[in-house]
Amino acid sequence: MDLNYSPDELAFRDEVRGWLRGNLPDDLRQKMESYQELSKDELLRWHKILARKGWVAPDWPKEWGGTDWNVVQRYIFEEECGFAATPMIVPFGVRMCAPVLLRFGTEAQKKKFLPRIYNGEDFWCQGYSEPGSGSDLASLKTRAVRDGDHYVVTGQKIWTTLAHHADWIFCLVRTDPNTGKRQDGISFLLIDMKTPGITVRPIVLMDGSKEVNEVFFDEVKVPVENLVHEEGKGWTVAKYLLGYERMGTGRIGASKRELAKLKELASEQTKDGRPLMEDPRFRDRLTRVEVELMALEITNLRFLDQMRRSGRPPGADVSMLKIKGTEIQQAITELMMQAAGPLAQAFRPVDAMDFDHFTARLAPRYCNLRKATIYAGSNEIQRNIIAKATLGL
Amino acid sequence: MNFDLSEEQQLLADSLKRYLANEYTMDARAKIVDSPTGWSQTVWAAFAEMGLLGVPFAEEHGGFGGSAVDVMLVMEALGEGLVVEPYWVNVGLAGRLLARGASPAQQKRILPALIQGTNRLAFAHTERGARYDLAHVATRAKKGGAGYTLEGEKRAVLHGASADTLIVSARTGGGDTDPTGISLFLVERSAPGVTLKEYRTIDELRAADVWLSGVTVPAEARLGDEGRALPLIEDAADYATALLCAEAVGAIRFANDATLEYLKTRRQFGVPIGSFQALQHRMVDMVISYEQARSMACLACVKVDTARPAERRHAVSAAKIKVADACRHVSQEAVQLHGGMGMTEELKISHTFRRLTMIGQTFGDAEHHLERFARSDAGGA
Repeated sequence: MDLNYSPDELAFRDEVRGWLRGNLPDDLRQKMESYQELSKDELLRWHKILARKGWVAPDWPKEWGGTDWNVVQRYIFEEECGFAATPMIVPFGVRMCAPVLLRFGTEAQKKKFLPRIYNGEDFWCQGYSEPGSGSDLASLKTRAVRDGDHYVVTGQKIWTTLAHHADWIFCLVRTDPNTGKRQDGISFLLIDMKTPGITVRPIVLMDGSKEVNEVFFDEVKVPVENLVHEEGKGWTVAKYLLGYERMGTGRIGASKRELAKLKELASEQTKDGRPLMEDPRFRDRLTRVEVELMALEITNLRFLDQMRRSGRPPGADVSMLKIKGTEIQQAITELMMQAAGPLAQAFRPVDAMDFDHFTARLAPRYCNLRKATIYAGSNEIQRNIIAKATLGL
Repeated sequence: MNFDLSEEQQLLADSLKRYLANEYTMDARAKIVDSPTGWSQTVWAAFAEMGLLGVPFAEEHGGFGGSAVDVMLVMEALGEGLVVEPYWVNVGLAGRLLARGASPAQQKRILPALIQGTNRLAFAHTERGARYDLAHVATRAKKGGAGYTLEGEKRAVLHGASADTLIVSARTGGGDTDPTGISLFLVERSAPGVTLKEYRTIDELRAADVWLSGVTVPAEARLGDEGRALPLIEDAADYATALLCAEAVGAIRFANDATLEYLKTRRQFGVPIGSFQALQHRMVDMVISYEQARSMACLACVKVDTARPAERRHAVSAAKIKVADACRHVSQEAVQLHGGMGMTEELKISHTFRRLTMIGQTFGDAEHHLERFARSDAGGA
């Protein structure tokens, strides 16, 4: 057993680290480090830098632009990006639509969409949740009725992240409402956001951020060639995606960086004339988070090692990474906010003179990150998955 | 980075598990616990036969020259089997002091007998009021004539009465809590002036309070340099703590397996209680605690072999924080999910509960290690 990276792995890490140092634009890094919202252009700017380097979609097959990295290299890359504070690669195209097309898509679909996803020419979003279908996704009601060479889609999606930026949306829709099992009769459709009948309405979250939306479909015509996999087999596609979605939700590199930032913050803040970092009550809470993060990093590596040796895709075990990873992220945002004490009340300047933007992001960030244990399958759903798939309950 | 186990490691762990499954049933264990000595000569001989007692020691003494990770696998199996024999004290604690601190002559005299199972040791260190401070030693060793005279009291010496030889810490200089001035001595348990009061522990082991009254030992009985034993003690405590974390991991694994099985078989309201989501989610959290604790036990065992002292302290304290929290979490939940049956002497789960509870505060509870973690700096010397 050897917990250290091998010389090859270390060389790879150094290569990634060095390249990120030289190629991550300062303004983007600073925005990420101070928790600013990124514009569509900023997100795409980083996407295109990575695409030019050939690193935007490491886990795709090589013929489509993948890097041929093994699971450990992919993990190292992911964590180095988090540690360096790169903008995230918006997952809906690269990490979600693309793997689905690669597994279930026709050659024509792959040729049409994959290069555009790779180069950041199409911005994708995900149409899963509906007002009445959150954790119980299979109850979804958005209807797609076949009419000649089109489907006509009517219904509503909600919590659609970055739909206001999106050129395309992949949707789970109901093509057959009369099946015995609710999971049957669901289909996976690719829909051009410019199609008449689509309305996007932003939902403002409690931190003031505008990242999620409602998307309304009113008799939207979708060509039949945009159906992925067979009609009525959308649930198979959705289940396939689940594993992908949960990989990388540990966000260990980013949490390490934020923990270091938290220690810095807690050393600057004082309590009774001493650095807050030396207050045993605060420090012990911070240490417990740090220890959980150390453990999660090794747990993650153990799972990767199992995957590498067995050659099997990630199982329900990765749900653990999602649960722990998001709990840790939330704990860090909470401690950050508490470290700032009364200063954490600051939110937005009324007039922009000498305003401490970093401190003013801490409470909103705490508010915003409450989403982490809700999205991508709430942590309760993750526990259901482990209970069923791993424990056989 | 790899988590592979070698073929030898796998074979050793498998043969031990097989032995325990066949020979170390709960009935057999209960008889051992109730016996006058509280441990089994037969089991000990079998451990020696399997080579378990020699895993980390040099080949010249009859050992295998194994790493802490090798011993980790043994400890996990012993934890799962809830073994009461003094393996950890001999191999992990006293054995480490000997391997790191004893002279070649002392090693040659003691280690082969330890490895063959014919001589056992214990570490008489903790004193009243010391709590988890390893430097707190009030027992005195006065130099005179050809050796030393020891005077003092030791508390909660784990498996003290089963030992032929005690490794005793005593002051040759300095005040009661000074980091320097502590020395280690090999003291025969049967030596004049040594009195033991043995008792059963809540987790069914044996411990003893030890009185040393005018105990004389020759100069050759001193282990390592005079007055400089603290780094040696800290090293052994960290090594043993890493292994204890591994024992906890094994015991937690048993607790989880047994609880999961119970959830699937126990029926209420006409269905298995494992169909209730309230219980499913708690079970899942126990499994996550197990995985996280196992990761930290691996880290600690790797670091006690390879890291500099500061990094070693940092890793071991981090591991003990996580493992102590996991011991408490899993043991409490395992009993709760077993309902009334979890409270009974009859089920192994209640015995496991007691062992996990005590492991949680052996060589420092989570609070102690939170403090030590904060004071240690992984990058330091």
